[in-house]
Amino acid sequence: MDNNLILDIENLVVRFETDDGTVRAVNGLNLQLEKGHAVGLVGETGAGKTTTALSILRLVPDPPGVVECEKLLLDGQDIINMPIKDLEKIRGKDVSMIFQDPMTALNPVFTVGEQIAESIFLHEDVSKAEAYKRALDMLELVGIPAERANEYPHQFSGGMKQRVIIAIALACHPKLLIADEPTTALDVTIQAQMLDLIRSLREKYSTSLIMITHDLGIVAEICDEVAVMYAGNVIEKGTLEDVFNRTKHPYTEGLFNSIPNLNDRKVMLTPIKGFTPDPTNLPPGCAFEPRCPYACENCLKEQKDIYISDTHFVRCSRYEEDGFSIDRKEIQ
Amino acid sequence: MARYILRRLLLMIPVLICVSFVVFFLMDLAPGDIVSQMAPADATPEQIEMLREELGLNGTVLQRYGRYLWNLLHGDMGTSLSLKRPVIEVFVERLPATLKLAFASIVIALAISIPLGIAAATHHRTWLDGSSVVLSMLSVSMPAFWLGLLLIFAFSYRIKIFPSGGSGTFKHLILPALTLGTEQAGNLTRITRSSMLDVIRQDYLRTARAKGVSEKYVIRKHALKNALIPIITVLGSTLGNAFGGAVAIETVFAWPGIGRLTVAAINSRDMTLATGCIIMFTLMLNMTLLVVDIAYAYVDPRVKARYSK
Ligand SMILES: Nc1ncnc2c1ncn2[C@@H]1O[C@H](COP(=O)(O)OP(=O)(O)OP(=O)(O)O)[C@@H](O)[C@H]1O
Ligand code: SF4
Ligand SMILES: [Mg+2]
Repeated sequence: MDNNLILDIENLVVRFETDDGTVRAVNGLNLQLEKGHAVGLVGETGAGKTTTALSILRLVPDPPGVVECEKLLLDGQDIINMPIKDLEKIRGKDVSMIFQDPMTALNPVFTVGEQIAESIFLHEDVSKAEAYKRALDMLELVGIPAERANEYPHQFSGGMKQRVIIAIALACHPKLLIADEPTTALDVTIQAQMLDLIRSLREKYSTSLIMITHDLGIVAEICDEVAVMYAGNVIEKGTLEDVFNRTKHPYTEGLFNSIPNLNDRKVMLTPIKGFTPDPTNLPPGCAFEPRCPYACENCLKEQKDIYISDTHFVRCSRYEEDGFSIDRKEIQ
Repeated sequence: MARYILRRLLLMIPVLICVSFVVFFLMDLAPGDIVSQMAPADATPEQIEMLREELGLNGTVLQRYGRYLWNLLHGDMGTSLSLKRPVIEVFVERLPATLKLAFASIVIALAISIPLGIAAATHHRTWLDGSSVVLSMLSVSMPAFWLGLLLIFAFSYRIKIFPSGGSGTFKHLILPALTLGTEQAGNLTRITRSSMLDVIRQDYLRTARAKGVSEKYVIRKHALKNALIPIITVLGSTLGNAFGGAVAIETVFAWPGIGRLTVAAINSRDMTLATGCIIMFTLMLNMTLLVVDIAYAYVDPRVKARYSK
């Protein structure tokens, strides 16, 4: 048992049972995060990033979602078997989430002040008036004048809405913050401001962070670790150096090969040849097999995580073979 | 906001004038008139003509309407021809009964439809949802007078617990209010369900849940306040229906409200009373719609912002 983990997920499986068949969104995912660390969760659209994040809060919509998990510990607390009453105490307090689209994430009929204060009132032992006062401080902290607290979301720009959402998420100083593409909906200058804001608040409250993004530049800028997702699995995870410089997984290799310059902030992940697999009909064994230049018949068997070092694992069975390596050169 | 209300109030004046015009002329087209009903059977044509003049019914319809409108604009709705009393006095006397019935029925309708609509939406595609749809369709498609007769048959003829008509006690109110209330509950349930279904899918509810708001408050606070916006719109027309539906229901249950008063006035060709009642009815309806629009602004800050511009 590692008490130093803020998050410990083992074998997470999430299915969506829809009329058009079962969508296998997350398939036996493992993810661990040390306290105070920041991990970037990257992967193409549909890889299951948001679904994984929602599982941590147990907010996967049910129906159609079905969640199964061997272990899901948040700061040592068992989330999977927790009664809903206790979960409500943890949501917004121990773990907060910033959702993908700031335009729709705020309730249009309550003032922004009320929406921040609600979180404080729910989790801290304070009066409504006190909670509102602290909401004003929170607003100032994210760079919005306190006198705008009694305005409604429609009076705010996208960037300001995102600031409000960050204020809500950080109002009770959570131990873990999950940011689901917090900047994709915003224009580039606002993006940089948002990242600075998240970084400085994270340092201030020593919050652990899961940063979900398509943008490897963002990962390089604010994360310590990277987890690459493909078809509902983390297929490679390690420190920034591990994954960026000592890339192991063929899919990760493909990602980097499609990016000319990592320091160019505007570069997004561009798809590799072939298509992402249909989540209602995943191939057996390694889901990347149809697109992988290194595939062999062994790849059709079930995959497990192979540790390259203490911090670095890859889910690719060819690393069981002696001397297997991909083409990408290690960068020292 | 105040300017907006004032503008709406001023706009009501032409509406009321138009309504009075239409009613006045329609009444004039209807066969039979009150003079021949009131005059003794052996009255000479001269006597009838004298009576006509006495009642202010002489001259062409345009002349009569002109006189009526002139008085109306001075706040005088005239005297009821059949009751020989000021129209406004008769109207005000009967108004409480109708208001009582309308509000009792709205309370019943809301008490049924809001919880039922919410439950149907939160249990989407279950038997509960299905039965709410069937029930609201039934209530919408069943004529009010027919439901009223069924209730009378069941609860005052078969099981004698409620009076079949009249007014005075609380017991008298139950059956007519229930009839009118169920009638409106259908529409309100439908709209509550569909607007809740719409709101339940919204991202901001997920934000609320992620904050740690309990499911109960997610629905009652975060979802319901948004869902209220379309519900209030329908509530306005429902209140209108409650006044209008009162005509049939008041007749079935012998309820002494303005619905029955209006019907009686039309039947006896009492021009002043009928026109007066209908004008007042229109006024009440317009006021209701105005109140609804104001209520809107209080629920939806986006609407409020538009008004203050
Ligand atoms: N409520 C749902 N019902 C059915 N299928 C769903 C639902 N939510 C997600 N999915 C499916 O699950 C898979 C994973 O979706 P998810 O939103 O987790 O991907 P993502 O990695 O966050 O993608 P993106 O980068 O586009 O946000 C997708 O195939 C998606 O279509
Ligand atoms: S397991 Fe086989 S198919 Fe999958 S990534 Fe490794 S080499 Fe490619
Ligand atoms: Mg997503």
